[in-house]
Amino acid sequence: MYDFAYHKPATLADAVKLLAADPDAKAVSGGHTLIPALKLRLNKPSALVDLSGIAEMKGIRREGGALVIGALTRHAEVAESAEVKAAIPALAYLAAHIGDVQVRNRGTLGGSVSNNDPAADYPAAVLGLGATVHTSKRKIAADDFFLGMFTTALEPDEILVAISFPIPEKAGYAKMKNPASRYVMAGAFVSKGPMGVRVAINGAGPCVFRQSAMEAALAAQWSPEAVAGIKQDADGLNSDIHGSAEYRAHLVTVMAKRAVAAAG
Amino acid sequence: MPQVTLTVNGKQHTVEVEGRTLLVELLREKLRLTGTHVGCDTSQCGACVVHVNGDSVKSCTTLAVMCDGAHVTTIEGLAAPDGTLHPMQEAFREYHALQCGFCTPGMVMSAVDLVRKNPQGLSEKEIREGLEGNLCRCTGYHNIVKAIAAAQEVMHGRRASVAAAAE
Repeated sequence: MYDFAYHKPATLADAVKLLAADPDAKAVSGGHTLIPALKLRLNKPSALVDLSGIAEMKGIRREGGALVIGALTRHAEVAESAEVKAAIPALAYLAAHIGDVQVRNRGTLGGSVSNNDPAADYPAAVLGLGATVHTSKRKIAADDFFLGMFTTALEPDEILVAISFPIPEKAGYAKMKNPASRYVMAGAFVSKGPMGVRVAINGAGPCVFRQSAMEAALAAQWSPEAVAGIKQDADGLNSDIHGSAEYRAHLVTVMAKRAVAAAG
Repeated sequence: MPQVTLTVNGKQHTVEVEGRTLLVELLREKLRLTGTHVGCDTSQCGACVVHVNGDSVKSCTTLAVMCDGAHVTTIEGLAAPDGTLHPMQEAFREYHALQCGFCTPGMVMSAVDLVRKNPQGLSEKEIREGLEGNLCRCTGYHNIVKAIAAAQEVMHGRRASVAAAAE
Protein backbone atom coordinates (compact mmCIF):
# COMPACT_ATOMS: atom_id res chain seq x y z
CA MET A 1 0.00 0.00 0.00
CA TYR A 2 1.30 3.49 -0.86
CA ASP A 3 1.40 5.84 2.10
CA PHE A 4 -0.99 8.77 2.49
CA ALA A 5 -1.73 11.60 4.91
CA TYR A 6 -4.49 10.93 7.40
CA HIS A 7 -7.09 13.42 8.61
CA LYS A 8 -9.91 12.88 11.06
CA PRO A 9 -12.18 15.94 10.99
CA ALA A 10 -14.77 16.39 13.74
CA THR A 11 -17.37 18.14 11.58
CA LEU A 12 -18.91 17.65 8.16
CA ALA A 13 -17.86 21.18 7.13
CA ASP A 14 -14.20 20.40 7.90
CA ALA A 15 -14.39 17.11 6.00
CA VAL A 16 -15.83 18.87 2.93
CA LYS A 17 -13.04 21.49 3.13
CA LEU A 18 -10.35 18.81 3.23
CA LEU A 19 -11.81 16.99 0.22
CA ALA A 20 -12.35 20.22 -1.75
CA ALA A 21 -8.78 21.39 -1.11
CA ASP A 22 -7.20 18.17 -2.39
CA PRO A 23 -8.68 16.42 -5.44
CA ASP A 24 -6.55 13.33 -4.71
CA ALA A 25 -7.90 12.90 -1.17
CA LYS A 26 -10.50 10.20 -0.50
CA ALA A 27 -13.15 9.83 2.17
CA VAL A 28 -13.14 6.67 4.29
CA SER A 29 -15.27 5.29 7.12
CA GLY A 30 -15.29 1.49 7.58
CA GLY A 31 -12.70 1.09 4.85
CA HIS A 32 -13.79 -2.41 3.90
CA THR A 33 -13.79 -1.65 0.20
CA LEU A 34 -11.16 1.08 0.09
CA ILE A 35 -8.44 -0.61 2.19
CA PRO A 36 -8.42 -3.82 0.08
CA ALA A 37 -8.23 -1.62 -3.05
CA LEU A 38 -5.32 0.36 -1.59
CA LYS A 39 -3.49 -2.85 -0.73
CA LEU A 40 -3.74 -3.92 -4.36
CA ARG A 41 -2.47 -0.46 -5.35
CA LEU A 42 -5.59 0.06 -7.44
CA ASN A 43 -5.85 3.52 -5.97
CA LYS A 44 -3.30 6.07 -4.76
CA PRO A 45 -4.95 8.80 -2.70
CA SER A 46 -2.75 11.59 -1.32
CA ALA A 47 -4.80 11.63 1.87
CA LEU A 48 -7.59 9.77 3.60
CA VAL A 49 -10.29 11.81 5.28
CA ASP A 50 -11.70 9.61 8.03
CA LEU A 51 -15.36 10.51 8.51
CA SER A 52 -15.92 8.24 11.51
CA GLY A 53 -15.75 11.05 14.09
CA ILE A 54 -18.55 13.16 12.56
CA ALA A 55 -21.53 13.04 14.92
CA GLU A 56 -24.03 14.49 12.43
CA MET A 57 -23.57 11.45 10.16
CA LYS A 58 -24.58 8.92 12.81
CA GLY A 59 -27.82 7.47 14.13
CA ILE A 60 -31.10 5.90 13.06
CA ARG A 61 -34.31 7.92 13.51
CA ARG A 62 -37.92 7.92 12.40
CA GLU A 63 -39.04 11.11 10.63
CA GLY A 64 -42.72 10.97 9.77
CA GLY A 65 -43.23 8.25 7.20
CA ALA A 66 -39.53 7.62 6.69
CA LEU A 67 -36.57 6.01 8.41
CA VAL A 68 -33.46 8.19 8.26
CA ILE A 69 -30.18 6.32 8.67
CA GLY A 70 -26.87 8.13 9.07
CA ALA A 71 -24.16 7.29 6.54
CA LEU A 72 -21.75 6.08 9.24
CA THR A 73 -24.17 3.44 10.51
CA ARG A 74 -22.50 0.05 10.31
CA HIS A 75 -24.25 -2.91 8.69
CA ALA A 76 -24.40 -4.76 12.03
CA GLU A 77 -26.16 -1.79 13.64
CA VAL A 78 -28.81 -1.68 10.91
CA ALA A 79 -29.26 -5.46 11.13
CA GLU A 80 -29.81 -5.34 14.90
CA SER A 81 -31.77 -2.07 15.16
CA ALA A 82 -35.22 -2.53 16.72
CA GLU A 83 -36.33 0.63 14.87
CA VAL A 84 -35.29 -0.78 11.46
CA LYS A 85 -36.72 -4.24 12.20
CA ALA A 86 -40.08 -2.67 13.11
CA ALA A 87 -40.30 -0.19 10.21
CA ILE A 88 -38.57 -1.97 7.30
CA PRO A 89 -37.71 -5.57 8.22
CA ALA A 90 -36.47 -6.24 4.67
CA LEU A 91 -33.77 -3.61 5.18
CA ALA A 92 -32.61 -5.22 8.45
CA TYR A 93 -32.59 -8.60 6.66
CA LEU A 94 -30.49 -7.16 3.82
CA ALA A 95 -27.97 -5.63 6.24
CA ALA A 96 -27.74 -8.90 8.19
CA HIS A 97 -26.68 -10.74 5.02
CA ILE A 98 -23.94 -8.45 3.72
CA GLY A 99 -20.50 -10.11 3.55
CA ASP A 100 -19.56 -11.73 6.85
CA VAL A 101 -19.73 -10.75 10.54
CA GLN A 102 -16.45 -8.83 10.45
CA VAL A 103 -17.43 -6.89 7.33
CA ARG A 104 -20.74 -5.99 8.97
CA ASN A 105 -18.92 -4.78 12.08
CA ARG A 106 -16.92 -2.23 10.06
CA GLY A 107 -18.67 -1.50 6.76
CA THR A 108 -21.10 1.43 6.60
CA LEU A 109 -24.28 2.34 4.72
CA GLY A 110 -22.71 5.49 3.26
CA GLY A 111 -19.60 3.68 2.10
CA SER A 112 -21.53 0.94 0.35
CA VAL A 113 -23.92 3.32 -1.42
CA SER A 114 -21.21 5.85 -2.41
CA ASN A 115 -19.06 3.09 -3.86
CA ASN A 116 -21.95 1.59 -5.87
CA ASP A 117 -20.31 -1.77 -6.50
CA PRO A 118 -22.53 -3.68 -8.96
CA ALA A 119 -22.54 -6.62 -6.50
CA ALA A 120 -23.29 -4.55 -3.37
CA ASP A 121 -26.53 -5.10 -1.45
CA TYR A 122 -27.54 -1.64 -0.21
CA PRO A 123 -28.03 0.06 -3.61
CA ALA A 124 -30.91 -2.39 -4.24
CA ALA A 125 -32.70 -1.18 -1.09
CA VAL A 126 -32.07 2.49 -1.86
CA LEU A 127 -33.48 2.17 -5.38
CA GLY A 128 -36.09 -0.46 -4.48
CA LEU A 129 -37.59 1.72 -1.75
CA GLY A 130 -37.27 4.99 -3.69
CA ALA A 131 -35.09 6.47 -0.95
CA THR A 132 -33.63 9.98 -0.89
CA VAL A 133 -29.89 10.46 -0.49
CA HIS A 134 -28.96 13.43 1.72
CA THR A 135 -25.52 14.85 0.99
CA SER A 136 -23.42 17.74 2.27
CA LYS A 137 -24.87 19.82 -0.63
CA ARG A 138 -28.35 18.59 -1.55
CA LYS A 139 -30.94 15.85 -1.62
CA ILE A 140 -30.84 13.36 -4.48
CA ALA A 141 -33.61 10.93 -5.41
CA ALA A 142 -32.48 7.30 -5.72
CA ASP A 143 -33.58 7.31 -9.38
CA ASP A 144 -31.02 10.05 -10.10
CA PHE A 145 -28.24 8.77 -7.84
CA PHE A 146 -26.86 5.54 -9.35
CA LEU A 147 -25.28 6.42 -12.70
CA GLY A 148 -23.22 3.36 -13.68
CA MET A 149 -20.61 0.87 -12.54
CA PHE A 150 -18.95 2.36 -9.41
CA THR A 151 -20.41 5.73 -10.46
CA THR A 152 -22.91 7.93 -8.62
CA ALA A 153 -24.16 11.51 -8.80
CA LEU A 154 -21.84 12.45 -5.92
CA GLU A 155 -19.27 15.14 -6.77
CA PRO A 156 -15.67 14.69 -5.57
CA ASP A 157 -16.10 17.03 -2.59
CA GLU A 158 -19.66 15.93 -1.80
CA ILE A 159 -20.27 13.61 1.15
CA LEU A 160 -23.22 11.27 1.63
CA VAL A 161 -24.62 12.21 5.06
CA ALA A 162 -27.77 10.11 5.49
CA ILE A 163 -30.40 8.18 3.56
CA SER A 164 -34.12 8.63 4.07
CA PHE A 165 -36.06 5.42 3.35
CA PRO A 166 -39.83 5.84 2.91
CA ILE A 167 -41.52 3.16 5.03
CA PRO A 168 -43.30 0.73 2.68
CA GLU A 169 -46.40 -1.41 3.25
CA LYS A 170 -44.45 -4.42 2.03
CA ALA A 171 -40.86 -5.03 1.02
CA GLY A 172 -38.66 -8.05 0.41
CA TYR A 173 -35.12 -8.85 -0.67
CA ALA A 174 -33.64 -12.01 -2.16
CA LYS A 175 -30.21 -12.64 -3.62
CA MET A 176 -28.14 -15.44 -5.08
CA LYS A 177 -24.69 -15.26 -3.55
CA ASN A 178 -21.54 -16.45 -5.21
CA PRO A 179 -20.76 -19.44 -2.98
CA ALA A 180 -17.10 -18.48 -2.55
CA SER A 181 -17.02 -14.68 -2.37
CA ARG A 182 -20.62 -14.14 -1.10
CA TYR A 183 -20.98 -11.27 -3.56
CA VAL A 184 -24.37 -10.91 -5.22
CA MET A 185 -24.76 -12.76 -8.55
CA ALA A 186 -28.27 -11.36 -8.90
CA GLY A 187 -30.62 -9.88 -6.35
CA ALA A 188 -34.03 -8.23 -6.24
CA PHE A 189 -35.45 -5.72 -3.79
CA VAL A 190 -39.21 -5.26 -4.19
CA SER A 191 -41.53 -2.87 -2.40
CA LYS A 192 -45.04 -1.49 -2.40
CA GLY A 193 -45.72 1.75 -0.58
CA PRO A 194 -45.64 5.55 -0.79
CA MET A 195 -43.23 5.42 -3.75
CA GLY A 196 -45.46 2.99 -5.67
CA VAL A 197 -44.46 -0.53 -6.65
CA ARG A 198 -40.73 -0.81 -7.21
CA VAL A 199 -38.40 -3.61 -8.28
CA ALA A 200 -34.64 -2.97 -8.12
CA ILE A 201 -32.17 -5.52 -9.48
CA ASN A 202 -28.57 -5.65 -8.27
CA GLY A 203 -25.60 -7.88 -9.05
CA ALA A 204 -26.85 -8.81 -12.51
CA GLY A 205 -25.82 -5.70 -14.45
CA PRO A 206 -23.03 -3.11 -14.24
CA CYS A 207 -25.28 -0.95 -12.03
CA VAL A 208 -28.44 -1.47 -9.99
CA PHE A 209 -31.54 -0.89 -12.17
CA ARG A 210 -35.35 -0.92 -12.03
CA GLN A 211 -37.25 -3.73 -13.73
CA SER A 212 -40.27 -1.87 -15.10
CA ALA A 213 -42.11 -4.87 -16.61
CA MET A 214 -42.07 -6.54 -13.20
CA GLU A 215 -43.19 -3.33 -11.50
CA ALA A 216 -46.21 -3.10 -13.83
CA ALA A 217 -47.09 -6.75 -13.25
CA LEU A 218 -46.85 -6.40 -9.46
CA ALA A 219 -48.89 -3.18 -9.51
CA ALA A 220 -51.68 -5.16 -11.20
CA GLN A 221 -51.30 -8.20 -8.95
CA TRP A 222 -48.92 -8.45 -5.99
CA SER A 223 -47.86 -12.11 -5.99
CA PRO A 224 -44.79 -14.18 -6.89
CA GLU A 225 -46.73 -15.65 -9.85
CA ALA A 226 -47.14 -12.17 -11.33
CA VAL A 227 -43.39 -11.93 -12.04
CA ALA A 228 -42.76 -15.64 -12.68
CA GLY A 229 -43.36 -15.35 -16.44
CA ILE A 230 -41.42 -12.13 -16.98
CA LYS A 231 -38.05 -12.70 -18.61
CA GLN A 232 -35.15 -10.32 -18.06
CA ASP A 233 -33.27 -9.39 -21.24
CA ALA A 234 -29.68 -10.70 -20.97
CA ASP A 235 -28.34 -7.86 -23.14
CA GLY A 236 -25.93 -5.69 -21.20
CA LEU A 237 -25.85 -7.91 -18.11
CA ASN A 238 -22.57 -9.03 -16.53
CA SER A 239 -20.85 -12.09 -17.92
CA ASP A 240 -17.80 -13.46 -16.11
CA ILE A 241 -16.25 -16.66 -14.75
CA HIS A 242 -19.01 -16.85 -12.13
CA GLY A 243 -21.91 -16.83 -14.55
CA SER A 244 -23.04 -15.83 -18.03
CA ALA A 245 -25.39 -12.94 -18.76
CA GLU A 246 -28.07 -15.50 -19.69
CA TYR A 247 -27.68 -17.25 -16.33
CA ARG A 248 -27.92 -13.95 -14.48
CA ALA A 249 -31.00 -12.97 -16.51
CA HIS A 250 -32.64 -16.22 -15.43
CA LEU A 251 -31.69 -15.53 -11.81
CA VAL A 252 -33.34 -12.10 -11.95
CA THR A 253 -36.78 -13.67 -12.37
CA VAL A 254 -36.11 -16.29 -9.69
CA MET A 255 -34.87 -13.68 -7.20
CA ALA A 256 -37.79 -11.34 -7.93
CA LYS A 257 -40.22 -14.20 -7.23
CA ARG A 258 -38.46 -15.00 -3.95
CA ALA A 259 -38.35 -11.33 -2.93
CA VAL A 260 -42.11 -10.94 -3.47
CA ALA A 261 -42.73 -14.14 -1.50
CA ALA A 262 -40.52 -12.83 1.32
CA ALA A 263 -42.41 -9.52 1.32
CA GLY A 264 -45.67 -11.42 1.82
CA MET B 1 4.25 10.32 11.66
CA PRO B 2 0.86 9.86 13.30
CA GLN B 3 0.81 8.54 16.83
CA VAL B 4 -1.85 6.22 18.17
CA THR B 5 -2.65 5.37 21.75
CA LEU B 6 -4.58 2.17 22.23
CA THR B 7 -5.17 -0.40 24.94
CA VAL B 8 -4.20 -3.92 23.92
CA ASN B 9 -5.11 -6.79 26.25
CA GLY B 10 -5.53 -4.30 29.09
CA LYS B 11 -2.19 -2.54 28.59
CA GLN B 12 -1.94 0.94 27.12
CA HIS B 13 0.52 1.59 24.29
CA THR B 14 1.47 4.74 22.39
CA VAL B 15 2.98 3.87 19.04
CA GLU B 16 4.20 5.82 16.02
CA VAL B 17 2.68 4.50 12.81
CA GLU B 18 2.38 5.48 9.16
CA GLY B 19 -1.04 6.32 7.77
CA ARG B 20 -0.93 3.03 5.88
CA THR B 21 0.09 0.85 8.84
CA LEU B 22 -2.49 -1.90 9.34
CA LEU B 23 -3.71 -2.84 12.79
CA VAL B 24 -2.27 -6.34 12.31
CA GLU B 25 1.16 -4.85 11.49
CA LEU B 26 1.03 -2.73 14.65
CA LEU B 27 0.13 -5.82 16.71
CA ARG B 28 2.65 -8.21 15.19
CA GLU B 29 5.59 -5.97 14.30
CA LYS B 30 5.46 -3.13 16.85
CA LEU B 31 3.99 -4.98 19.86
CA ARG B 32 5.35 -8.42 18.91
CA LEU B 33 1.99 -10.04 19.52
CA THR B 34 2.38 -12.68 16.84
CA GLY B 35 -0.59 -14.81 17.83
CA THR B 36 -2.71 -12.84 15.38
CA HIS B 37 -1.98 -14.29 11.94
CA VAL B 38 -2.03 -12.94 8.42
CA GLY B 39 -3.48 -15.53 6.07
CA CYS B 40 -4.91 -14.20 2.84
CA ASP B 41 -4.28 -10.49 3.47
CA THR B 42 -7.38 -9.81 1.34
CA SER B 43 -10.12 -9.60 4.01
CA GLN B 44 -11.40 -13.10 3.38
CA CYS B 45 -9.81 -15.76 5.59
CA GLY B 46 -10.24 -14.29 9.09
CA ALA B 47 -6.91 -15.54 10.52
CA CYS B 48 -6.29 -11.92 11.62
CA VAL B 49 -9.53 -11.44 13.60
CA VAL B 50 -9.18 -9.49 16.85
CA HIS B 51 -11.72 -7.60 18.94
CA VAL B 52 -11.85 -3.80 18.64
CA ASN B 53 -14.11 -2.22 21.26
CA GLY B 54 -15.85 -5.56 21.69
CA ASP B 55 -16.51 -6.35 18.01
CA SER B 56 -14.65 -8.92 15.93
CA VAL B 57 -12.82 -7.23 13.07
CA LYS B 58 -10.29 -8.25 10.46
CA SER B 59 -7.11 -6.51 11.57
CA CYS B 60 -5.59 -6.83 8.07
CA THR B 61 -8.34 -4.54 6.80
CA THR B 62 -8.24 -1.96 9.58
CA LEU B 63 -5.83 0.96 9.68
CA ALA B 64 -3.93 1.38 12.92
CA VAL B 65 -4.60 5.14 12.91
CA MET B 66 -8.33 4.42 12.96
CA CYS B 67 -7.89 2.58 16.27
CA ASP B 68 -6.69 5.57 18.28
CA GLY B 69 -8.32 5.32 21.70
CA ALA B 70 -9.63 1.80 21.02
CA HIS B 71 -9.61 -1.24 23.27
CA VAL B 72 -8.18 -4.22 21.41
CA THR B 73 -8.16 -7.85 22.52
CA THR B 74 -6.00 -10.39 20.73
CA ILE B 75 -5.69 -14.15 21.20
CA GLU B 76 -2.92 -13.46 23.78
CA GLY B 77 -5.44 -11.59 25.93
CA LEU B 78 -8.04 -14.35 26.25
CA ALA B 79 -6.54 -16.68 28.85
CA ALA B 80 -6.50 -15.67 32.53
CA PRO B 81 -3.25 -14.15 33.88
CA ASP B 82 -2.46 -17.48 35.61
CA GLY B 83 -2.62 -19.25 32.26
CA THR B 84 -6.07 -20.81 32.69
CA LEU B 85 -7.48 -21.07 29.20
CA HIS B 86 -10.64 -19.25 28.15
CA PRO B 87 -13.54 -21.74 27.78
CA MET B 88 -13.38 -21.28 23.99
CA GLN B 89 -9.67 -22.18 23.94
CA GLU B 90 -10.33 -25.11 26.25
CA ALA B 91 -13.14 -26.31 23.97
CA PHE B 92 -10.94 -26.09 20.86
CA ARG B 93 -8.43 -28.33 22.68
CA GLU B 94 -11.06 -30.71 24.03
CA TYR B 95 -12.77 -31.18 20.66
CA HIS B 96 -9.59 -31.22 18.57
CA ALA B 97 -10.91 -28.21 16.64
CA LEU B 98 -7.66 -27.63 14.81
CA GLN B 99 -5.11 -29.41 12.72
CA CYS B 100 -2.36 -27.09 11.50
CA GLY B 101 -3.56 -24.33 13.81
CA PHE B 102 -2.98 -21.41 11.46
CA CYS B 103 -6.61 -20.26 11.38
CA THR B 104 -7.16 -21.00 15.09
CA PRO B 105 -6.48 -17.58 16.65
CA GLY B 106 -8.97 -15.95 14.28
CA MET B 107 -11.47 -18.77 14.70
CA VAL B 108 -11.33 -18.48 18.48
CA MET B 109 -11.69 -14.68 18.46
CA SER B 110 -14.64 -14.80 16.03
CA ALA B 111 -16.26 -17.57 18.06
CA VAL B 112 -15.94 -15.65 21.34
CA ASP B 113 -17.60 -12.56 19.80
CA LEU B 114 -20.33 -14.70 18.22
CA VAL B 115 -21.18 -16.48 21.48
CA ARG B 116 -21.06 -13.29 23.59
CA LYS B 117 -23.55 -11.57 21.30
CA ASN B 118 -25.96 -14.51 21.28
CA PRO B 119 -26.74 -15.33 24.93
CA GLN B 120 -29.90 -17.14 23.82
CA GLY B 121 -27.65 -19.87 22.38
CA LEU B 122 -26.75 -20.75 18.81
CA SER B 123 -27.83 -23.71 16.72
CA GLU B 124 -25.30 -25.61 14.65
CA LYS B 125 -26.53 -23.78 11.54
CA GLU B 126 -26.17 -20.39 13.22
CA ILE B 127 -22.63 -21.23 14.32
CA ARG B 128 -21.74 -22.19 10.75
CA GLU B 129 -23.24 -18.95 9.43
CA GLY B 130 -21.40 -16.97 12.09
CA LEU B 131 -18.11 -18.42 10.85
CA GLU B 132 -18.61 -17.23 7.27
CA GLY B 133 -15.69 -14.84 7.64
CA ASN B 134 -13.22 -17.51 8.81
CA LEU B 135 -11.64 -20.10 6.55
CA CYS B 136 -10.04 -23.35 7.73
CA ARG B 137 -8.37 -25.49 5.09
CA CYS B 138 -7.78 -28.57 7.28
CA THR B 139 -10.66 -29.56 9.50
CA GLY B 140 -13.79 -29.29 7.43
CA TYR B 141 -15.13 -27.13 10.29
CA HIS B 142 -16.91 -30.04 11.99
CA ASN B 143 -14.93 -30.07 15.23
CA ILE B 144 -14.74 -26.28 15.29
CA VAL B 145 -18.54 -26.12 15.29
CA LYS B 146 -18.70 -28.77 18.03
CA ALA B 147 -16.18 -26.85 20.15
CA ILE B 148 -18.13 -23.60 19.84
CA ALA B 149 -21.39 -25.38 20.72
CA ALA B 150 -19.73 -26.75 23.88
CA ALA B 151 -18.01 -23.47 24.80
CA GLN B 152 -21.25 -21.47 24.63
CA GLU B 153 -22.73 -23.71 27.35
CA VAL B 154 -19.83 -22.82 29.63
CA MET B 155 -19.66 -19.14 28.66
CA HIS B 156 -23.35 -18.69 29.46
CA GLY B 157 -23.07 -20.60 32.74
CA ARG B 158 -25.20 -23.56 31.72
CA ARG B 159 -22.37 -26.04 32.26
CA ALA B 160 -19.31 -25.99 34.50
CA SER B 161 -16.73 -27.14 31.96
CA VAL B 162 -16.40 -28.01 28.30
CA ALA B 163 -15.57 -31.57 29.30
CA ALA B 164 -18.94 -31.84 31.03
CA ALA B 165 -20.59 -30.50 27.88
CA ALA B 166 -19.06 -33.27 25.77
CA GLU B 167 -21.45 -36.00 24.76
